Amino acid sequence: MENDSSGQIRMMQGNQACAEGALAAGCRFFAGYPITPSSEIAEHLSVALPKLGGKFIQMEDEIAAMGAIIGASLAGMKSLTATSGPGFSLKQENIGYAGMAEVPCVVINVMRGGPSTGMPTLPAQMDVQQARWGSHGDRGVIVLVADSAQESYEQTIRAFNLAEKYMTPVILLLDEIVGHTTEKVIIPERSEYEIIDRKKPDLPPDKYLPYRETEDLIPVLATFGTGYKYNVTGLCHNETGFPTNDPAIIGAQIKRLTDKIIIHKKDIIRNRMVMLEDAEIAIFAYGSVARSARSALAKCREAGIKAGLFQPTVLWPFPEDDIREVAGRVKGFVVPEMNMGQMAREVERACRRDTPVHRLNRVDGQPITPGEIVDLIKGVV
Amino acid sequence: MFNYLEYIRESNFPHIWCAGCGDGIILKALIRAIDKLGMSRDESVMVSGIGCSSRTPGYMDINTLHTTHGRALPFATGVKLANPDLKVIVITGDGDATAIGGNHFIHAARRNIDLTVLLYNNYIYGMTGGQCSPMTPVGSKASTAQHGNLEPSFNTSGLAIAAGASFVARTDVYHVQQCEKFISKALQKKGFSLVEIMTPCPTAYGRRNKMANPVTMMEWLKDNMVPVAKYDKMTDQEREGKVSAGILCDIDKAEFTAEYDKLIKKVRTE
Ligand SMILES: Cc1ncc(C[n+]2csc(CCOP(=O)(O)OP(=O)(O)O)c2C)c(N)n1
Ligand code: SF4
Repeated sequence: MENDSSGQIRMMQGNQACAEGALAAGCRFFAGYPITPSSEIAEHLSVALPKLGGKFIQMEDEIAAMGAIIGASLAGMKSLTATSGPGFSLKQENIGYAGMAEVPCVVINVMRGGPSTGMPTLPAQMDVQQARWGSHGDRGVIVLVADSAQESYEQTIRAFNLAEKYMTPVILLLDEIVGHTTEKVIIPERSEYEIIDRKKPDLPPDKYLPYRETEDLIPVLATFGTGYKYNVTGLCHNETGFPTNDPAIIGAQIKRLTDKIIIHKKDIIRNRMVMLEDAEIAIFAYGSVARSARSALAKCREAGIKAGLFQPTVLWPFPEDDIREVAGRVKGFVVPEMNMGQMAREVERACRRDTPVHRLNRVDGQPITPGEIVDLIKGVV
Repeated sequence: MFNYLEYIRESNFPHIWCAGCGDGIILKALIRAIDKLGMSRDESVMVSGIGCSSRTPGYMDINTLHTTHGRALPFATGVKLANPDLKVIVITGDGDATAIGGNHFIHAARRNIDLTVLLYNNYIYGMTGGQCSPMTPVGSKASTAQHGNLEPSFNTSGLAIAAGASFVARTDVYHVQQCEKFISKALQKKGFSLVEIMTPCPTAYGRRNKMANPVTMMEWLKDNMVPVAKYDKMTDQEREGKVSAGILCDIDKAEFTAEYDKLIKKVRTE
């Protein structure tokens, strides 16, 4: 394999780790539009992709970049785009298209603060609900999050695997701190991780139905140019891929788009549970805030407070059942986030008022410190 | 008689187009051009945006990608760049290409990426019921310009030439042989090629502009499309209400995906 660096220990930014992870996952197409704090992903891939025979293109805007990766994916290349808040907003219509047409691709959003141009160089976690609901209409979505350069590498590989497996766009959220912090990354050996490629049709072209209802609810889309001539559209469509106005077919299609994620949520959701066995108070934290939470946890334990950490690495589908299970054992949740409480609402919903949820929100572009989390926990217990 | 059936998806008929719509004439001209060139449909992809015109690919038995409004060119750029062996045909309307998709239009032409674009110019937003488009002539009526349109329109073909296209031609559905010929030339061109095709929309445009009868609209095309050589010699006064038809640009220059392949070869041997 060209460019093989597996087994090495390297220093890199979270953004670069995303780029390297993408290449390891088999990504060979990137389209993007420059925006801080994500541009290093594009810059890195503009150098690396042609060396692997892949393609990099800087498009005229983020809408175009999103369209281009969908086209490239249908032509058989694993495809990626990367952006930040304003660009993420622009991509939404075509992200919904990829969801509707079930075209695998990966979108990385290195979160800055908003609304609008907001804080281009400062961290935030204000797009976590947009990642779920940003595009119009109803469908299931997969959103991953990373807390470090190491996890950026691994989560980018996972994002591609989930996209290919579930035939859907997958969003990976970093925040500015993770994107821009240079730190150690241990490049895993190839044998240590799985690479999933989308299924190929097992029927001849005359029998092939791209959107045929399968047991796992996941369609099998042929690559353009391989002899399977079919139609891809963002309109509600039947199993042949052609538009339909039949209410029964439309209803079943829209329902399937949600169900295909929900029935597989056990396979998708992954949480890191730290010291939760005997915990009386649980911290729910993700992204760079989870790093502060780990320090806070250590300090709490030193002070004799039985704290634990619930760190989701998948934000959507939300790990509701797992939260519910932990909620039954602890006296409360603490949810520090760099937004006005976007995921805290989900934790509250999962706890169903039985367990108190204490929020800690910073929206001034500054990281949440371990001390702030410890103080809140001390006030609660 | 030419056998169109081989090229269409009969199960998708009846089509959505109104009686008297010109879009079906373009569909047939395209099919004949593809047939005569002996193009492989397995290795061709038709990409479209949203609009009546953009429904064309759905009727053809070929790889088809019906995208979002205005965005056919970026999707097509992705398809073509990912696999340059595919022949990529883009179908778009005047609103799709020059309003919401205007930015993509000039940039695809600037890159000179090998796409064949058929722009159906019916002066109006057909699908949504006749709102004005950037191509609606000054003074014409539209559902959102009921007092008459004030905004000057684009010279769309001129825009494509200025932006960097390799091949640009304008034709119409009355002059159907010319239409087929230009489509064929565009398909053979390596680079960004545009055929702007004037096509009647009696329902959304004609009805509001004293041409409700499709035959009147066809006669309008017959009388007002002027060969470009003649048009160039006309005075401004004579040009009033006329549209030039012909090959407006045909040059050979570096094509984007071919240049990209050269780049790959270069960086891999470095
Ligand atoms: C983002 C977005 N905005 C608006 C629309 C509604 N819309 C659908 S088709 C269309 C105009 C189509 O006009 P044109 O491109 O000229 O094609 P025609 O129908 O005349 O062939 C509009 C505005 C849409 N589908 N998507
Ligand atoms: S509305 Fe106009 S463009 Fe659309 S199908 Fe009818 S005649 Fe054709």
